[in-house]
Amino acid sequence: MTPEAGGVDAVIDAVTAVFLVLGALMSLTATIGLLRFPDLMSRMHAATKPQVLGLFLLLAAIGLQMRQWWVWPVLVVAWIFQLLTVPVSAHMVGRAGYRTKHLHPELLSVDELEAVVRRSAAEQEGSGTGPASAAGPAEDPELDDVLGLGEAGDGALRGAAGQNLDDRGDGRGDQGEGKG
Amino acid sequence: MKDAVLIITAVVLTLAAAGAIVRIAVGPSLLDRVLASDVLLGIVGAALAIDMAVNRHLNNLFLLVALTLIGFIGSVTVARFVSDRRGQANDS
Repeated sequence: MTPEAGGVDAVIDAVTAVFLVLGALMSLTATIGLLRFPDLMSRMHAATKPQVLGLFLLLAAIGLQMRQWWVWPVLVVAWIFQLLTVPVSAHMVGRAGYRTKHLHPELLSVDELEAVVRRSAAEQEGSGTGPASAAGPAEDPELDDVLGLGEAGDGALRGAAGQNLDDRGDGRGDQGEGKG
Repeated sequence: MKDAVLIITAVVLTLAAAGAIVRIAVGPSLLDRVLASDVLLGIVGAALAIDMAVNRHLNNLFLLVALTLIGFIGSVTVARFVSDRRGQANDS
């Protein structure tokens, strides 16, 4: 029984070594991608490798080496939390990158957000009083007064609506600058 | 084999960390630097995990769990305030 266990140990050690080297190479891959890719979005693609797959390989190596049953749930928890939190930060960084135009539009094969931004910008241009009229029935008389003020009041209301819908205003600004 | 694995991973992680620091230094925008610092955090976590696996101890295990729990807050915060400061000079 002992030689067989020794063989199993050798196999586990070899698998652990392979996992460790591969996990370290994931970090190197991400760095090469960071240094060589042209814009923020493709760099984000490269940066995900050590955070998910590399961490998985290294945690599996720890679990293989330790051989204690209580280690595995902790490792699984660490990996699951990494899976839950990495998309959050990637979403926020990608959103900010799209807003501030840190991307090369000619490199994108599909830009689904562009149609949405253009449509919301067109909606806001077409009916500036649309969001204000949805404020509620209780404020309708005052709203009519404001709307009856004419061009100046309409402009002020449109400005207020633009400030309320900060996201849409931002999208419109980006679109306008992109076209200009 | 243990020493060989340790040396290989140390060299690889050192190169990776150096590249990430280069990207932090020259990164054209703030978001590139945030992304590179995220990668650097991942490399530090990888070094902790490799140390635990090779030397067969668990001293850093809960540090690693905490790292995966709260490591995203920094980049989320920076990305949030970058998107608020539009129009100003954040393309530097």
